[in-house]
Amino acid sequence: MRKLIAHTEVEVNEEGYLTDFSQWTKEVGECIADENGICLTDRHWEVIEYIHEKYSCEEPLSIRGIKKSGVIDIKEFYKLFPGGPLKKATMIAGIPKPKSCI
Amino acid sequence: MKNLVILGAGTAGTMMANHLVKKLPRKEWKLTIVDQYKTHYYQPGFLFLPFDIYSTKQVKKNGKKFIPKGVDYIQKKIERIVPETNKVLLEQGDELAYDILIIATGTKIAPDEIEGMNGPMWYKNIFDFYTYEGAKALRDKLREWKGGKLVVHITEMPIKCPVAPLEFAFLADSYFKNKGMRDQVDITFVTPLGGAFTKPKATKALHYLLEEKGIKEVTDFNIERVDYENNKIIDYADTEVEYDLLVTVPTNMGDAVIERSGMGDDLNFVPTNKGSLQTTDYENIFAIGDATNLPASKAGSVAHFEAEILTDNILRYIQGQPLKEEFDGHANCFIETGNGKALLIDFNYTHEPVEGTFPFPGVGPLQLLKESRTNHMGKMAFRWVYWNLLIKGVHIPFVSATMNEKGKHFEEVTQ
Repeated sequence: MRKLIAHTEVEVNEEGYLTDFSQWTKEVGECIADENGICLTDRHWEVIEYIHEKYSCEEPLSIRGIKKSGVIDIKEFYKLFPGGPLKKATMIAGIPKPKSCI
Repeated sequence: MKNLVILGAGTAGTMMANHLVKKLPRKEWKLTIVDQYKTHYYQPGFLFLPFDIYSTKQVKKNGKKFIPKGVDYIQKKIERIVPETNKVLLEQGDELAYDILIIATGTKIAPDEIEGMNGPMWYKNIFDFYTYEGAKALRDKLREWKGGKLVVHITEMPIKCPVAPLEFAFLADSYFKNKGMRDQVDITFVTPLGGAFTKPKATKALHYLLEEKGIKEVTDFNIERVDYENNKIIDYADTEVEYDLLVTVPTNMGDAVIERSGMGDDLNFVPTNKGSLQTTDYENIFAIGDATNLPASKAGSVAHFEAEILTDNILRYIQGQPLKEEFDGHANCFIETGNGKALLIDFNYTHEPVEGTFPFPGVGPLQLLKESRTNHMGKMAFRWVYWNLLIKGVHIPFVSATMNEKGKHFEEVTQ
């Protein structure tokens, strides 16, 4: 479905995740964060940058990966993106939600 | 004489030995398979062992029976792979040189990764069912358990056979009903993911199972530690879940030999091309099954489909032809739902599980994504298929390595 975010029309799925990463911009990310009650700081952006790096290498994201990333520890990750940090961080970063097989 | 060496004689390695012995000219190629363990386990059976549905005898056989003649079977521990010199170092200083290496060393549970899990209560009131020992210990526990809070828990993804924990919860519901003590057992399913099912299509079609069986869900739970003194698991957001009996799927990691060889990712899985199964770093090393970092399910059916494509690619590699990047992540799994019923799912990298029929488009007899007794019979019959066809590398009739899109209802798939 289409959604107007930051004055741009983007394709999202029913949960609000972007389906086409090329439509993502920093402004789109900020708007999604805002909708989730998160105000993005420099720390948030460092994490989003790390997520984008992983995504471009097709490496799956995990809490373990975050732990070993050297960017952030898990407790802080939870503070930055409260209530399901991987889900929220990936949504803001414009990439698909981490998933299992079914 | 050239050497092709397979590391690991589990499902994937045994299948590769059986495929390649028929394809490689014996005068030019010597085939060797290495595995330190004598027993070949039927791992899908570990799900049934705790509930006394399968006996211990039904899930294990002597591995030697399945290694074909013409393949040298070495039962020794692998110390290290040295890709720079094309050698594998074995215990007692033995060395194996290879021209082509296939890594099929699988995945193992790593309960030490979580504080308090592999502590004094391991196999007392904290169990896994991904090992023979764990499944058997859990069987003994369930036989005498008087009830209470049963927590079925996934530590982190990826895990082997991702639906097995859910199947365990379903079978537990049936098991306690049959024992006439379901009202004394509270079942909770705890997952690091957003739900027991995470794909929209499957959630829509299958969520009723949890409600019907009265199984509670705790989602987005990323475990930090097990407080084994107070019987609770605690996550990074300080959420606590209490248990009387914890059945957990610990972190799954690639074999320690991959770490010793410096060839793995964070979880010791080998970076592998997802279409061709050649490792990313070494052109004469290939990987298959649970040992890879492929974004496919870690499951026997996946290894089976991979084996057909990898066999072709090994022959292409030998002939100096370009490799086919054909593997599409195809997986095909029966899911036990309890009460003698099961579901069947068929999916790949790009398509989520769909409704339809299998293996014959429009005919079946197996129904995809729907509960039925026929599917359950399929799952039970699969044990025979496994021992007699699958690991011997016999092509399963009508089931192709890549996913067949006919007879499946893709138009209903969202996302």
